[in-house]
Amino acid sequence: MLELRNITKRFGEVLANDQINIKVEAGTIHAIVGENGAGKSTAMRIAYGFYTADSGEILIDNQVCQIATPHDAIARGVGMVHQHFMLVAPMTVAENIVLGAEPGSQVSLDLAKAASEIRKLSEEFKLAVDPNAVVENLSVGQQQRVELLKALYRHAQLLILDEPTAVLTPQEVEEFFAILRRMRQQGKTVVIITHKLSEVLAISDEVTVMRDGRVVGRLQTKETNAAELARLMVGREVLLRVDKPEAKIGATKLKVSDLSVTTKDGSSRVDKVSFEVRAGEIVGIAGVEGNGQTELIEALSGLVESSQISGAIKFEGKDITRLGARLRRELGIAHIPEDRHRRGLLLEFDLAENSILGVHYRKPVVAYAGDIFLDNAAIRRRANEIIEAFDVRPANPDLPARSLSGGNQQKLIIGREFDLHPKLLLVSQPTRGVDIGAIEFIHRKLVALRDAGCAVLLVSAELEEVTSLSDRLLIIHKGRIVGEVDPKTATNEEIGLMMTGGH
Amino acid sequence: MKLISELIFPLIAVLAAFVVGGILVLIVGDSPIQTYKLLLGSALSWPDGIGYTLFNATPLIFTGLAVLVGFRCGLFNIGCEGQLYVAAFATAWVGITYASLSAWLLLPLCFLAAVFAGALWAAIPGVLKARFGSHEVINTIMLNFIAVALVGYFTQYHYRIPGDPIMQTSTIGPGAHIARLGKFVPGLPERIPLNLAFVFALIACVLVYLFLWRTKWGYEIRATGSNPTAAEYGGISIRKQIVLAMAVSGALAGMVGINEVLGYRYRYYDGFSAHYGFFGIAVALLGRNHPVGVLLSALLFGMLIRGGIFVDAFTNNITKDLVDVLQGVIILFVAAEAFFRGPISRYGLLRRSKV
Amino acid sequence: MREIFTVSLIWSSTRLATPLVLAALGGMFSERSGVVNIALEGIMLAGAFSAAAVTYAVGNPWVGLLAGIGAGLLIAAIHALACIRYKANQVVSGTAINILMVGVPGFLSGAFFLSSGSTPQLPKEQLIPNTPIVIAALMVPLTWYVLYRTPFGLRLRSVGENPEAADAAGVSVERIRYTGVLLSGVLAGIGGAYLSIGQSSLFTRNMTSGRGFIALAALIFGKWRPVQTMLACLLFGFTEAVSIQMQGVVKLPSGADIPVQFISMVPYILTIVVLAGFIGHSRPPRAIGLPYQKER
Repeated sequence: MLELRNITKRFGEVLANDQINIKVEAGTIHAIVGENGAGKSTAMRIAYGFYTADSGEILIDNQVCQIATPHDAIARGVGMVHQHFMLVAPMTVAENIVLGAEPGSQVSLDLAKAASEIRKLSEEFKLAVDPNAVVENLSVGQQQRVELLKALYRHAQLLILDEPTAVLTPQEVEEFFAILRRMRQQGKTVVIITHKLSEVLAISDEVTVMRDGRVVGRLQTKETNAAELARLMVGREVLLRVDKPEAKIGATKLKVSDLSVTTKDGSSRVDKVSFEVRAGEIVGIAGVEGNGQTELIEALSGLVESSQISGAIKFEGKDITRLGARLRRELGIAHIPEDRHRRGLLLEFDLAENSILGVHYRKPVVAYAGDIFLDNAAIRRRANEIIEAFDVRPANPDLPARSLSGGNQQKLIIGREFDLHPKLLLVSQPTRGVDIGAIEFIHRKLVALRDAGCAVLLVSAELEEVTSLSDRLLIIHKGRIVGEVDPKTATNEEIGLMMTGGH
Repeated sequence: MKLISELIFPLIAVLAAFVVGGILVLIVGDSPIQTYKLLLGSALSWPDGIGYTLFNATPLIFTGLAVLVGFRCGLFNIGCEGQLYVAAFATAWVGITYASLSAWLLLPLCFLAAVFAGALWAAIPGVLKARFGSHEVINTIMLNFIAVALVGYFTQYHYRIPGDPIMQTSTIGPGAHIARLGKFVPGLPERIPLNLAFVFALIACVLVYLFLWRTKWGYEIRATGSNPTAAEYGGISIRKQIVLAMAVSGALAGMVGINEVLGYRYRYYDGFSAHYGFFGIAVALLGRNHPVGVLLSALLFGMLIRGGIFVDAFTNNITKDLVDVLQGVIILFVAAEAFFRGPISRYGLLRRSKV
Repeated sequence: MREIFTVSLIWSSTRLATPLVLAALGGMFSERSGVVNIALEGIMLAGAFSAAAVTYAVGNPWVGLLAGIGAGLLIAAIHALACIRYKANQVVSGTAINILMVGVPGFLSGAFFLSSGSTPQLPKEQLIPNTPIVIAALMVPLTWYVLYRTPFGLRLRSVGENPEAADAAGVSVERIRYTGVLLSGVLAGIGGAYLSIGQSSLFTRNMTSGRGFIALAALIFGKWRPVQTMLACLLFGFTEAVSIQMQGVVKLPSGADIPVQFISMVPYILTIVVLAGFIGHSRPPRAIGLPYQKER
C-alpha cells in the first residue's frame, strides 16, 4: 500500500530521517515504534505531504508518486490523524470534516448534505459524534473521532495515526483499538505511530522500529516480544532501575492541602489535592498526560494566577499560596519546567544570559549603582561553572540557546536550577526528547540532589522513569490524587489501573 | 562575521530602494544619476547640508529609539506620532504657562513635561494590553488620531493668539530655549536650527543601549520580548514589563518635543511632525533594533529629507515625494528580508555557520 | 438642534460611510485569512489617485474606476507577496506601504500634472457619485454569503483560525491568503476611487486622511463580521457627517462652538473601548499576523 524508499530529511543540523525504508502492506495494521525524536512522525509527515523529503521516493500502490502537499496525499487515499489535532476550534464538526473536500458546488456550501453523510459514516464505523457540535466544546476523545471521520470522509484507504493513545485512558484505548480492527476488516490499512510497546503487541500485524532517524528493524508482531522491541528501540538492554541508596528522609518541606486549580474559563484541572514532600525523598506523580500534572506543578511554582487557586501550599511551614514565582524561588524552590522551549529558555539569548534567568536581579549577578547593572564577568563565570558541571556541549557561553540539542538545553536548565541549591525541586518531564546518554546523566543528578537533602517532586509521563526514581509514588487521575504506592513493590498493572481511575 | 550579516541586509535594502527609486525617476523622464547627485550632494555640504541633515535626523533618532525599545519587549509602538504630539504640546504648555520662571527651573520642567507626557500617552496602550490583552498596534493607531484631535482642540480653542490664522500656540518663555549648536561650533551659523537636542539624542542612544543590555530592567524587558512565558517562569511580571517598555518608548518619542519646541520653533505648531513617528519604524527596522543602527539610519533618512528639498527645486519632474517613496521601499525590503536571503545564501555568502 | 437630524444628514452619513464599508469589507477578506491589513490606507490612496488620474486622461470614469481597482490590486499584491511569500512582519509591511503611498501619488502627480500632489479638477459629468454606494450596499450581503455559505468562505475562515489544520485538510493556505489579500485590494481600491471620482472631483494629497484606519477600526468594532462591520461604518460615517454639519451651525448653550475634534474622536475611542472588552468581546481570527511556516 505505502512504501517509503531511501527517504532522507534534515532540519538544520538535525538529521531527522536518514535513508529510511518503510513498507506497509495493504489491509494490515502497521506499527512504527521508537523513542521520542527517533524520526517516526517526520517520516509519516513526509508520507502525508506535510514535509517534503530532501531525497528518496514515496510509492503508493507500487507507484512512485509526488506528494508535495497534504492535498496530494488525500487525493491518493492517504489520511492522517496528527498527535496535536488539526481542527479549527470555533467551527462545527461538519465544517471541520468537509473543509477542503466540500460537497456541493463552488458557490454553495451544502452542510446539510455533509451532515447526513457524516452520520452515515459515524454509524458504519461506530464513531458517534454530533455533526453540528462546535469542536472546542468536545472532549479530546470526541475530537479524535472527528479526526478519524475527516479521513474517512475523504475516502482514505490508508490511515496514519500519530500517537493516538497519548490522550486516552486504557479503557478508551480498548474501544479505540476495536475501531481500528473494524477498519482493517473493511479493507483499510492503518499505520500507528507509538512509543508504547504494549500497544504494538496488542494491535499491530507488523512493526517497524526506528532509532535516531534510522529504521533498525521490521518484524512480524507475532514473532517478536517486548524485550526484543525495547532492545531495538534503545540499542541496548534497557536499564530498568536507577541505582540509588536508601532515602534519608528529613523534615517536611512542602505541604499541599486541598489544592484546587481551575482554568481561566472555570473548568477544574486540579481537584482538592493534598500531599507532602519531605527532605531527602523523591515523590513521583504518575498519570496519563493531561490529568492535571502541568497545572499542579505550575501552581506550586507560582505560575498560576492566585484567583485560579484554592487551598493551601505551605513551604517549610510558611504559607506560600499567594506568592509569585520570584519570591518562591528566593525561598529555595527550583523548577525544571516540562516544556523547555515554552518556559525554560530564551532561545535567542546566549547561554550566559539564559544561565541567569530567575536570578538576574540579585547578587552576584548584578552590581554597581545600587545593583541595577548586570555584572558580565560574574555572569560568565557562573555560566561556565554550570556548563562544566553539567557537561553542556558545545561549551561556549556565547552561543544562542537555540543552537543546542534538546539534551544539552535540558542540561543547561537543570544546571541553572541546581545552582540555586534548592530545598525543594519541582521537576516535570526531565528527560523528554533527550538522548539516552543525557537521560542517565540527568537521573544520576536528580538522585544526587535528593541524597544531598533536597525534597524532589517529580512528574513524568514515562512510567518507567517515575517508578525507578521515586521513593513514593502518587497517582493522579482527572486532577485527583487517587492513590499512593510503593514504587519498589507496585506492579505496572496496579499503577496502570489507578491511572485510569479504575480503583 | 556577525557584524557583516547585521550590516549586509540593511545595505542591500537601501541599495535596492535606490534602484527602484531610480527606475521611477527614469520613467518620469529625469536622470537618476543627476537626481541622486543632487539628493546626496546637497545633504553633505557644509554648513547648511550637514547642519540640516543632523537637524532632520534628531527627531528620527528619538522615534527610532522609541520603536526599538518597544520591539525589544515584543511590542509594536505605532503610536510615536501621537506620543510626540502630546509631548510637544505639553512641553509648550509648560513653557507658556510658567514663562516667567528662570531657565534653571523652566528648562528642566519643560524637559520633564516632554518625557512624562510621552510616557503617559504610551502607557495607555501598555496598560490596555497588560490589563485587557487588547493589541497595542490597533490601540496606538487609534490613540494617534485621538492625540492629534486633542492637541488640535487645545491649540485652536485655548492657546492660539487671537486672530492668528496659523494653528500654533503663543511662544514659550525665553528661559525654556535651548541653544543652537551654531553657538558652539565654529562655521555653523545660528540660523540653522540644529540644537542641543541632537546632543541629547546621541546621549539617548548610549543610555538606551546601557538600559537594555546592561541593566536588570533591560534584561527583563528583552526576556519578555524574547519569550514571555519563559520570562514569567523567571519571576518577571510580563504586565509590568509591557507597561514599562511602552512608557520608556513613549518618553523617547516625547523627546522629539524638546527638539521641536525648545530648540526650533519655541512654540507648539500644529501638525509639525512630518510622519516622524512612522519613520521611526523605518529607522528602527533598518537599524536592526540596535541604538548604533538607529543612529546610522536616522542620519541616512535625515540626509534624504534634506536632499529632497533640493531635488524638488532643481529638477523638472521630481518632487520631494521621492524621499517618501525611498523610505517606503526601504522598509518593505527590510521587512521582506527573505527576498534577498534566498539569492544570497544560494551564492554562499552567508551560509549559516556550523555550531 | 433639530434641523441637523434631517434626510440630508442620513444621506451624507451614507456617502461618508461608503468608502469605509468598501475598505472594511476588503480588510475582512484579508484579516479573516490571517493577514493583518493596516495597508488599507495606502491601498485606498492608490485607488483614489489612479482613478482620478486615469479618468482625467481618458475622460471616462468607468475606466478610472477600473484603474482604481487595478492599483488597489497591485498594492495589495505587494503586501501579499511580502507577507505570504517572504514572511515579512505584516504590520511592518503595511506601514511601509502606507509610507510609500504617501510618496508615490505626490511623485507621479508632480511629474505628470506638475502639481504638488493633486490631480486636475474633473468635470461633473466625469464623476460617478452613486454607483460605488450601490456597490458597497450590495457587497455586504455578498460578503456575508461568500464568508458563510461557500466553500471558499469556509476555507478562508479556517485558514485565518488554524492554517495548519486547513493545510492538513488539503487546503492551500497560500492560495487562500493571496486571494483574501487581493480581494482587499479590489474593494479598498473601489473605496479609494469613490473618494476622488465620486465624493469629490479630484485627488488631493493624503485625501484619505485616515479613512483606511477608520475602516480597520470598523472591522474590529464589527468583530470581523460583515453586517456588524457595515453598521460600525455607518456609525462612523454618521459621526463624521454630524461633525461636518455642526461646524459653525450648532452652538453650545454658552454660545461657543462645539469643538469638532471631540466628535471626530468618537470612532477611535469606541474602538479602544470595544477592543478592551468593555462592550462585548472582539476576538480576532486566531492566526492573524502569523506567517504560516510549514516545516519547523
